[in-house]
Amino acid sequence: MLRFLIQRSLQNVVLLWLVSMIGFGVLFLAPGGPLAQFALVPGMSRAELLRIAEQMGLNRPIPAQYWEWFTRLLSGDWGHSYRDGQPVLWIIGSHLGATLELMVVSATVAVAVGMWVGVLGAIRRYSVFDYLATIGAMIALSIPTFWFGLVTIYVFSVKLAILPAGNMYTIGDGSFWDYVRHLIAPSLVLGLVTVALWSRYMRSSMLEVIHQDYVRTARAKGASEWVVLTRHAIRNALLPMITVAGLQLPTLLSGALVTETVFTWPGMGRLFLDSLSYRDYPVVMGVLMLSAVLVLIGNMLADILYAVADPRIRLD
Amino acid sequence: MLSPIPASGSIEGRMTDFTSSTQVAGSTEPTLGKNRARDRFMRHRLAVLGAGMIIALVLLSFAGPYLLPFNDLYIDIRNRFAPPFASIHILGTDPLGRDHLARLMTAGRISMSIGFSAMLIATCVGTTIGAVAGYYGGYLGAALMRLVDAMLCFPSIFLLLAIAAFINPGVASITLIIALTSWMEVARVVEGQMKSLRERDFAVAAELMGGSDRYIIFRELLPNAVGPIVVAATLNVANAILAESYISFLGYGIQPPTPSWGNMLNNAQQYLSSAPWLAIFPGVAITLAVTSFNFIGDGLRDALDPRLDH
Repeated sequence: MLRFLIQRSLQNVVLLWLVSMIGFGVLFLAPGGPLAQFALVPGMSRAELLRIAEQMGLNRPIPAQYWEWFTRLLSGDWGHSYRDGQPVLWIIGSHLGATLELMVVSATVAVAVGMWVGVLGAIRRYSVFDYLATIGAMIALSIPTFWFGLVTIYVFSVKLAILPAGNMYTIGDGSFWDYVRHLIAPSLVLGLVTVALWSRYMRSSMLEVIHQDYVRTARAKGASEWVVLTRHAIRNALLPMITVAGLQLPTLLSGALVTETVFTWPGMGRLFLDSLSYRDYPVVMGVLMLSAVLVLIGNMLADILYAVADPRIRLD
Repeated sequence: MLSPIPASGSIEGRMTDFTSSTQVAGSTEPTLGKNRARDRFMRHRLAVLGAGMIIALVLLSFAGPYLLPFNDLYIDIRNRFAPPFASIHILGTDPLGRDHLARLMTAGRISMSIGFSAMLIATCVGTTIGAVAGYYGGYLGAALMRLVDAMLCFPSIFLLLAIAAFINPGVASITLIIALTSWMEVARVVEGQMKSLRERDFAVAAELMGGSDRYIIFRELLPNAVGPIVVAATLNVANAILAESYISFLGYGIQPPTPSWGNMLNNAQQYLSSAPWLAIFPGVAITLAVTSFNFIGDGLRDALDPRLDH
């Protein structure tokens, strides 16, 4: 186990390094690089730009610049926002909570629903329900998240007027119930893709498990169908889903960005878009790097959890 | 990877392996013959439906504008916000009085062209990288595949937006950045195929007969991997259309007055209560196109997967 952990960690360090190279590459793709913000200032002369470039260390060789940027990244100095001078990590930290709340609530409900749709599809295979679930999942995976958000707002906020159209709280009302009402629609929108994916993968996984010897044995020893299903079949079918959960992290983050925009939810995705429109590159880079690192950590956790949960996996 | 389920992909995991279950349980359940046939028929019917839908959308988008009395830029200022099915503007008009149907058609040209072109570039890049990684293996292969892993760590929308904000947005540049952020799935598929194919007798024979690497890769190995590549490419079109709609909706993709299905939705939100049709039709168009490509990809996977022929 220890050897596996060390090996995995080393692999992830290499990945992290590659991720940082890509991130740095994106930053330097910018026309004028980090200087772009100063180039727009009226009356800025070329000589002055060169002076600023020298002050910012932009005239040094690119590997040296990368190294400085990377070591700062590792030490937690992610730079300061162009907009208000606050440290990037602090700004992201103050928005991360809202995103995580949305993601956790949405994913928890969606995973539970998706799992049962998948289980039902597998045990009632080729039933009307199974076909509808298959086609429904396909369509759900094809609907643009932002458009589903617009439709949700139109139906629940404009036509039925039972849910708020955006934000986290009504101004002047900070109650928990108010928060929950604001959370419903964005969670629904963000959860759609998760429900679809989980139902499909769970169905496949259940179908593989359902004909295993231990399920037949459980039936033969007289266990009730419910016990066979929950204690034997579903438990084993859930194992590979740990990996699926890890792989779904980038989807969830992308979905959160779009959902937050449509519902003006004050999270990391909104912060990213606002920073883009302000050309606030340090924050943009910070969010980009942080999301990649979150995905990296998520995948590593999924790998480890899977190995822990399934004793059949040989770690080395 | 430890994962027993194939890593899924592009707009991060939206591409799903819907058919893996059929193969597994199909062999263990003796009474399945009839059902499996029905299942496959069903899937193919959906694929046929998808193909028909795509042909219809392409025809409408490319030939349709010639049948309308106005083009997508014609401003009929007296008929602003005309609702659908009420005037000569069949699907209504937008806040400037431009015909919604004409704009939808022109937008379809843009969005679907971007989808196709991005797929072509992504497939070429992915196939090349995957083939090199799978054929040569070793350090080079490992390095290339780690690059694939690293690229997949970035949630695609974040990466797309970050790059799109830096560049000058245009049809060509948007196509290019979508392609450059979506080739990884194809690379993984091709790498896996190459790894297993190059061990097979015919590949070894070609090598022993002195075939050059290029000959073996392009003439011997890749033709045998066409099936999975075509499936991945089809799903890639779906994801590229989605990607374009996302970044255009958020304002960093195709810029007005050039319409795309995504940017038509860009300011539809503010008219949601007064002119909902502005939001509904472009979304339906995107969903139709993407669903159709997903159905086709799924059908192709069934049709091209030799493991199902037993």
